[in-house]
Amino acid sequence: MTTDLRDLYQQVILDHQRSPRNFRVIPQADRITKGHNPLCGDQVTIYLKLEAGKVADVSFQGVGCAISVSSASMMTERIKGKSVDEVRLLFRSFHKLLTGTDRRLVSAGGTDGLDLLGKLEVFAGVREYPIRVKCATLPWHALHAAIEGSEATVSTELHE
Amino acid sequence: MSATASFLDHGSCQRPAVFDVDAVRVQFPILRKTVHGRPLVYLDNAATSQKPQAVIDAILRFYTSDCSNIHRGVHLLAERATADYESARAKVQRFIGARHAHEVVFVRGTTEAINLVAQSFGRQRVQAGDEILVSAMEHHSNIIPWQMLCRAQGSILRVVPVDDAGELMLGEYERLLSPKTRLVAVTHASNVLGTVAPLAEIIAMAHRRNVPVLVDGAQAVPHFPVDVERLDCDFYAFSGHKLYGPTGIGVLYGKAELLDSMPPYQGGGGMIRSVAFEETVYDRPPQRFEAGTPDIAGAIGLGAAVDFVDQVGLDLIAAHEQSLLSYATQSLSAVPGIRLIGTAGQKVAILSFVLDGVHPHDVGTILDHQGIATRTGHHCAQPLMERFQVPATTRASLALYNTREEIDALIQGLHKVSEVLR
Repeated sequence: MTTDLRDLYQQVILDHQRSPRNFRVIPQADRITKGHNPLCGDQVTIYLKLEAGKVADVSFQGVGCAISVSSASMMTERIKGKSVDEVRLLFRSFHKLLTGTDRRLVSAGGTDGLDLLGKLEVFAGVREYPIRVKCATLPWHALHAAIEGSEATVSTELHE
Repeated sequence: MSATASFLDHGSCQRPAVFDVDAVRVQFPILRKTVHGRPLVYLDNAATSQKPQAVIDAILRFYTSDCSNIHRGVHLLAERATADYESARAKVQRFIGARHAHEVVFVRGTTEAINLVAQSFGRQRVQAGDEILVSAMEHHSNIIPWQMLCRAQGSILRVVPVDDAGELMLGEYERLLSPKTRLVAVTHASNVLGTVAPLAEIIAMAHRRNVPVLVDGAQAVPHFPVDVERLDCDFYAFSGHKLYGPTGIGVLYGKAELLDSMPPYQGGGGMIRSVAFEETVYDRPPQRFEAGTPDIAGAIGLGAAVDFVDQVGLDLIAAHEQSLLSYATQSLSAVPGIRLIGTAGQKVAILSFVLDGVHPHDVGTILDHQGIATRTGHHCAQPLMERFQVPATTRASLALYNTREEIDALIQGLHKVSEVLR
């Protein structure tokens, strides 16, 4: 594989794509939101259960490419047990990781929550593929809507 | 090859039957480019085709030496520009076998051509409770203009289904044709499945009930000879940019008596006989439907594209592409986990497929890395994706400059996909 393709399809991403974590329905979820990318047909549904301002449980269902499925899978792992405020910060940090313009900031593990991302930094390679950024951020936008209590379906074509 | 006999049966070939793909390729400067350090393998021709030097030169020449607005000018440049623009119309007329040059209306593309018919013919002839028939394999551009019309008029859109191979179901079509049907709008060749629709039967059945037929020929005219007189279609729409011409120019063919009876689509300069604040007298077709300054350079570029295709020979192009299609179908079928979407008996060289467990976006990205341009997604045909229960497909669509080596590169590329995602 060429080096830069490996930057995009890192082993951990492929692993999550093949066996997505938390890929299930939470029957007692108190927030359910859908995300849709009309350009490629990707669909994700996020199930969220909050207790005392923290993520007690989170899961997802849906169809999508390797990037969007693994992003959803790793997201659910990362945010379980986190407070709503921490999830908001992670959302902003992840978004910055993929869309930010200052590369040094990213590679330095830098400021403003980027150091919180941990394993999620494997998605930094996606920024080299502008068309694929929406694949990685779709589940995060759906999660964000769930956190903020929105019930409208999130579409990648409304964020820009 | 015998399966393709009927839509390719347009009489004998007048030129020596020699097709030299290398001689064709050198005329396309972009084919010498590299992508991600690899030679470009361009398999996205159903989206747009590349342009030969002759087309690029014609546009350059217009802007360098002949640029002027057309009609009504008395100076030399205006005369030259007008003559070149009208000569492009005559070339298109010959190319599609129209009886009159004034049956050829220049528009922006297939989409605008269909919207013109929907808004002009449609609003005049389609009333509440009337029905319009489309097929399940239409591009959004042959669905949405009719939905808009139906909403405005209170009429109903009916859909002719396709079977699992992607063949239009003629029995269902006949059943759906009713005394309420005001228009049939159908694709000549599907941009996703490649299916060539049985137009002779479709048009004959509609005409027996005095129903006019609009044909979306965007995926047909670049790939096999089309003769609108022989088809006896009432409207025929296509785009220049899929026919090796520039973007921004397209054609609506309409039978003279139909165009004559239709009101303008847009109002403005260039489409009138006389204007007073009390009353305006509209010009005859095609000017009636060409309000405003048209894409003059685009029309001239399209004329050059038609010349280019004529010189190579559409019958030879069709034979080359059909041979590539059967080679590609065979090669793709051998890829593990592949499912071809669209296996009709008569096809243009469009190959849509899904790979087991792999999303088309991942396929598209990994192919792109190897210099191979395909298209992934719903191809502006979401109802068709629904029909075949896939969210998206990868599509390789071929043109006259493609080669067997490029098909081999695609197959190698797909092996790379499974290697990367293994």
